[in-house]
Amino acid sequence: MKLATKLRVAVLMGAVGLVETLCQTGAIARFTMIPPSEMASSLWRLLYAGKLQTDMTRTLLAVCAALTAAIVVGFVAGAVVHAIPRVRRTIDPLLSAYYSVPVFVFYPMFIVLFGLNDIPKIIIGFLYAVAAMTINTLNGLDRVAPVLLKTARVFRMGRAATGFRVVLPAAAPYLFTGVKLAVAYSFIGVVGSEFILSSGGLGYQIGFAYHNFDNRTMYALILFILGLVMIVNMSLHAWEKMLMARRGYQ
Amino acid sequence: MSDAHVALKGVTRVYQRAGQEPLEALGPIDLDLSAGEFFAVVGPSGCGKSTLLDVIAGLSQASAGTVSIEGKPVRGVVPESVGVVFQDDASFPWLTVEDNIAFGLNRQGMDAAETNRRVAQALALMGLNDFARAYPAQLSGGMRQRVCIARTLVLQPRLILLDEPFGALDQQTRLLMGDELLNLWRKTGATILLITHALDEAAMLSDRVGVMSARPGRFLEIVETGWPRGRDSTIVASPDFGRVTGRLWSLLRAESLKAMQYQTGAARP
Amino acid sequence: MKTALPQAGLGARAFDFAVFAGLVLAVWQLAHVVGGEVAMTSPLGTLVFTARSIASGELWPHFEATLGAFAIAYVLAASMGVLAGAVLGYHRLSGEVAEPVLVAVYSIPKVTLYPIILLFFGIGIGAEVAFGALHGVIPITLFTMNGVRNIKPVYIKAARTMRIRPYDLLRTVLLPATLPEVFTGLRVGFSLTLIGTLLSEMFGSRRGIGFMLMQAIGLHHMDIIMSLTFLLVMFALMANAAMLVIDHRLHRRA
Repeated sequence: MKLATKLRVAVLMGAVGLVETLCQTGAIARFTMIPPSEMASSLWRLLYAGKLQTDMTRTLLAVCAALTAAIVVGFVAGAVVHAIPRVRRTIDPLLSAYYSVPVFVFYPMFIVLFGLNDIPKIIIGFLYAVAAMTINTLNGLDRVAPVLLKTARVFRMGRAATGFRVVLPAAAPYLFTGVKLAVAYSFIGVVGSEFILSSGGLGYQIGFAYHNFDNRTMYALILFILGLVMIVNMSLHAWEKMLMARRGYQ
Repeated sequence: MSDAHVALKGVTRVYQRAGQEPLEALGPIDLDLSAGEFFAVVGPSGCGKSTLLDVIAGLSQASAGTVSIEGKPVRGVVPESVGVVFQDDASFPWLTVEDNIAFGLNRQGMDAAETNRRVAQALALMGLNDFARAYPAQLSGGMRQRVCIARTLVLQPRLILLDEPFGALDQQTRLLMGDELLNLWRKTGATILLITHALDEAAMLSDRVGVMSARPGRFLEIVETGWPRGRDSTIVASPDFGRVTGRLWSLLRAESLKAMQYQTGAARP
Repeated sequence: MKTALPQAGLGARAFDFAVFAGLVLAVWQLAHVVGGEVAMTSPLGTLVFTARSIASGELWPHFEATLGAFAIAYVLAASMGVLAGAVLGYHRLSGEVAEPVLVAVYSIPKVTLYPIILLFFGIGIGAEVAFGALHGVIPITLFTMNGVRNIKPVYIKAARTMRIRPYDLLRTVLLPATLPEVFTGLRVGFSLTLIGTLLSEMFGSRRGIGFMLMQAIGLHHMDIIMSLTFLLVMFALMANAAMLVIDHRLHRRA
């Protein structure tokens, strides 16, 4: 293991230990924070009793819906915009300004339009993720080396064959980055919306527990969501590294 | 129609530019290459050397004149008997070395046994045996260029067009790659057209060297080297080699100066 | 494979953009016509309503509250981010230790941490500032760290051959060399701090634009929602555009 990795593990473990001590000794009051060990045991009980299943399914389904739509729409939009320079010229500045807009402010509008169901949070998750996919698709297509396209012509390849056999694999690393970001963003959009105002889902349950002063459940849920998202993000990161290593990049 | 392998008659290439006068990049060019010949093209930077190669390959269309290969006119499609190696690394980073080499054969629908045989042969010929399963990113620039040459060779082209294939390599590697190229040329019997900016490379490798003018590029003179077919890089030590490169430079010096002035804006074509 | 854009004049660009803006307005108007006044205010209606509520002055207390919390949060995020980024960029090992943690925290739904902040700070401006700063500080740290890391050693070597004193080295070489990256961080951090501040107002607050937005949901006041959303989006876009101009200028020079 690298020295930096060892140090990182040590620092993180030290931080958790410190919080544990502060909570156990009462330096941090119980109604502010419960010790990390209790968060974990409380989460274990919730999982064991199967109390999270309904909300977890609901959140994950919403994330999947937002993510799928974002990947499909983002990829198609990227490919179309890339093919039409005039549209590209108009869209480019908007894409670079996209993430400066606080997308969550549209949430109240969608609630009034569609009602307090899962549709508004799926739309917010989609809106958060779709631009990342579009931007990275454009980026990937931009970076296909011209000499590879020339090579395809030397092999007398048609448009479809060039697209599938040369352009797509050449752009693949960037498309993967787009997907990775889209996953993180759709989680942020969906869980954030649930937390602000919704009728169910993991984010909603955190808010519910907070309003009922149920710290044990609240901290267990926070631990669960953050753990879940981090595991998903890190798995994608590791997969990406494996793919890149297979191409010989370190 | 002449019986030359490659015949160019009055070929020009003009780029139309919106709001500006058209740019004459090339020609007019007349050129006959006989079968099995090694022909090099040298010229100042920006003279249209690469444009000439693109036009011969069918990668871009001549504005006027005709290109024919083996008696058939070339129009917008690369003929099947032609292989091209570019200066920029064109190996596919998502394929292993052997899959890269097999790429063209797979496109043609060649059967597996013949594909494997040809790939194995090309790997051995290009000294890539130990790297068959490696990915291009794990190889040096010179090795990747070998992969691209091998990928072209397995298709057994009768005409090989090389666009500054060693341009990104260091001088010693270039000399050695030159030797290997001569070997391939003798073994395959193919006709080779090599575009280069290196006078010594052109002088050492070819039967004839076409010296191009500054833009729009046309041939100032075609220099015969008179080397035997069994030559190799040791000829750089011979007095004749000095005579040939000297002749090339005396033709090119004024043209290179012109090209440099175009670049700095001190003069216009 | 980046397609070379034809040299389009400013006129052609402005025309294309106008067509695009017209399209957006047309879709908005269409939604208004199809959905009716209750579902969606028309573009013109939104504009008129916005102008009227600004003129009436009833927006100001909320606007001031949001702006106040945001400003403090941004100053905190910027100063802490630049400082932390400089240290982590200069001390390589610390940077290597911290970077993956920062990236991981950057890409989680931080909104779930808000109840914890509320429990520590209590409902009020303290929690809003803390949550806004939490959003903004990470990108500023990451960009600054990379800016400091990527100073070319040859710059420092060149400066030393000219026998420059440490203070002058900082002023004439190190700062100008890192400024473009730091500024990009400040621009991204601006947007994220704004999101954080608004989110905190939307969840648990008694004031601010975020609170007004949430309050309007219960009463189905679509006109208020549309006009506040419009104002916030315009504010974010214009602030970003202004910072982007400076950003581009810095990067072109670098």
